[in-house]
Amino acid sequence: MARDAKKLSPAAKAAKPSAPSAFKPMVTHSDALPLDAAVLRSMHDSMVKSRVLEERLIAMYKTGHGYFWIGGPGEEAFNVPLGMLIKKGQGPAFDYCHFHYRQSATLLAMGEDPVGALRQMKNTSSDPYSGGRNFAGHFSKREWNIAPVSSPIEVQYAMAPGTALVQKRHGGDGISIVTGGDAGTAEGDFASCLVWSSRPGEELPVLIIVTNNRWGISTSYDQVQGVERISDRGVAFGMKTKTIDGNDPISAYLELKEAFEYVRTERKPYLVEARVSRLYGHSSASGANFATNEADCIAQFEARLEKHGVLAKGEAQALRDRYTTEFAELARAVKEEPFPEGSTVWDHVFHGEPGRDPFPR
Amino acid sequence: MANMAQAVRMALHFAEEHLGVTDIFGEDVGMPLGGVFTCTQGLKTTWNSPLDERGIIGAAMGIAMAGGKPIAEIQFCDYIYNTIDLLKLAGNTHWSSNGQWNLPMVVMTPVGSGIRGSIYHSHSIDATVTHLAGWKIVIPSTPRDAYGLLLSACKETNPVMFLIPKALMRIRGDELIPGEPGDDKALSKLIDAPLGDRTKWSAQWPELQDASIPLGQAKVVREGSQLTVVSYGRTLPMCAAAAQKLSSEGIDAEVIDLRTLWPYDWDAIKTSVEKTGRVLFVNEDTEVTNFGEHLVRRVVEELFFKLLAPPKLLAGKFLPGIGLADPLESASVPQPADIEQAIRTLAATQP
Repeated sequence: MARDAKKLSPAAKAAKPSAPSAFKPMVTHSDALPLDAAVLRSMHDSMVKSRVLEERLIAMYKTGHGYFWIGGPGEEAFNVPLGMLIKKGQGPAFDYCHFHYRQSATLLAMGEDPVGALRQMKNTSSDPYSGGRNFAGHFSKREWNIAPVSSPIEVQYAMAPGTALVQKRHGGDGISIVTGGDAGTAEGDFASCLVWSSRPGEELPVLIIVTNNRWGISTSYDQVQGVERISDRGVAFGMKTKTIDGNDPISAYLELKEAFEYVRTERKPYLVEARVSRLYGHSSASGANFATNEADCIAQFEARLEKHGVLAKGEAQALRDRYTTEFAELARAVKEEPFPEGSTVWDHVFHGEPGRDPFPR
Repeated sequence: MANMAQAVRMALHFAEEHLGVTDIFGEDVGMPLGGVFTCTQGLKTTWNSPLDERGIIGAAMGIAMAGGKPIAEIQFCDYIYNTIDLLKLAGNTHWSSNGQWNLPMVVMTPVGSGIRGSIYHSHSIDATVTHLAGWKIVIPSTPRDAYGLLLSACKETNPVMFLIPKALMRIRGDELIPGEPGDDKALSKLIDAPLGDRTKWSAQWPELQDASIPLGQAKVVREGSQLTVVSYGRTLPMCAAAAQKLSSEGIDAEVIDLRTLWPYDWDAIKTSVEKTGRVLFVNEDTEVTNFGEHLVRRVVEELFFKLLAPPKLLAGKFLPGIGLADPLESASVPQPADIEQAIRTLAATQP
């Protein structure tokens, strides 16, 4: 799967990309489990925890305890390993995260308290990411360098080179990580990221990630993308690229680990395209119902772990039940928490200044 | 006496030496050109960006996030429109993160007509950018103000849009920037890059001072008792000249340079209008949903019973562009004669 630009033959470089068709199933691993059992169990725990959290958020939306849901169920096999590899902390010595709105599993794998996501869904004043101002899944956590997630598609790709530039100058091994979907790569900001990360002699430590679920709301990949692999777009910029199976957490972990190490040590960009599933549609706007025609990475992983004895029969279900109970209780408590006061709309318009209405009313 | 381009350059030098500015960048901002208007010649933190306005604004946001202090230039404001959602995002980052993140960044861009810049080098954007909550908007009309306001912009911990009236770029003021030599040729020899090979050239900076001018403070350019003219940017010196000229006709106009459009100095406007009872707002952006319209609304709502005449706005015509031919440009944006006529009419209006 590796696509090293320097190894491509001129003929391959000149070759017209073949027309896209349905993605072939990606089997990138042997059945063996090349990671320690404790790591695998931790990985599985975070994946289940994230799935149950997203399902709780959907339930809150469907029962009138939130106006809108958007998230990343189906991407856990990629997003959890991503979170496990991030060097979290504040400032340029640590990784900057320019995420989009499907990243709850990454946050949980980084150790985030799940109650924050519930509070943001309920738009309470206690919402730690936006104080009730923004949609579910729109995380922001400055102490971990998690830039505010925003709804405009792809803007985060224009910002990532900026943090990476400061990091390269700062020294150390902190990198900038940017995530987004396949549909958004049609925006110019994706091209901006490729250009700005690969200026000759000024290459930047950016891990550029595209999770490809083959959809942009209701528009399929095949309708709008003429490139077979999005990762190929990085080849033109001389950057390391790879298309990986984002439904296999072990493969994703190993591939990401390699990419992280490259960006950390070489201080140059790396473009990873991960093929993933979208298990509950784009958002609540499309119903947020389970998609039975997509691969479920957790079910696949559990079967594999049970086969190898890493998980005992029934253990996964017990874990799921435990988180379901826990998050239901948390959600009940969150529902009692107050909304922000209307008078607080003037808070934080400007940094360092008290919030105030500039006009007499 | 410095011109505005030199004033901007000296402010940027002071800011990179003393105010923590880390990156001054944009298209052709680095040497050997040092900016298409020469505003960034000889500075130590300049670099040339890709020709990509969205990339420029995005990079500035990222640099600010990571603890840098960027000054990003958009070469002409006419080319800032494709960055509008990033500008919106920069303005709402502090608010939408409920106070977690703030973006100390300055975007500077030349604005307005007056250099026969045709359709895409003549735009004004004050009406557009004053719609962007979370930004401070600055527009100087003299080199001294440009110097002082840019220093304040660089000290800000919020995004600041620094609009430079391009027609005033080579205009010299009548007030020295503290530290600059009074002789034009001496200053030019110190800080203007030579023509030809510039590889061995470096600027010799005068001993500049932190002579900042606070944001949000207007300046009474000319005191008067009969009517108030509020303007900024390119039209400000025209208003001051018109007021001076009309004084011989017995019209005593007060002229206020707003200097900062957000937050603007309402007290200065209020004090003056309460004194004169008549007010004319002048700018060159298009007149429909113009920033001056907001000021008219506020005057009507808060000072209605102090008024002796309806408040007036003289602004650019609501046209798709400014045409290249001189008669076209002159017919599109306020000219000295238009301003004089508007002042005469307002002065003659009786309740």
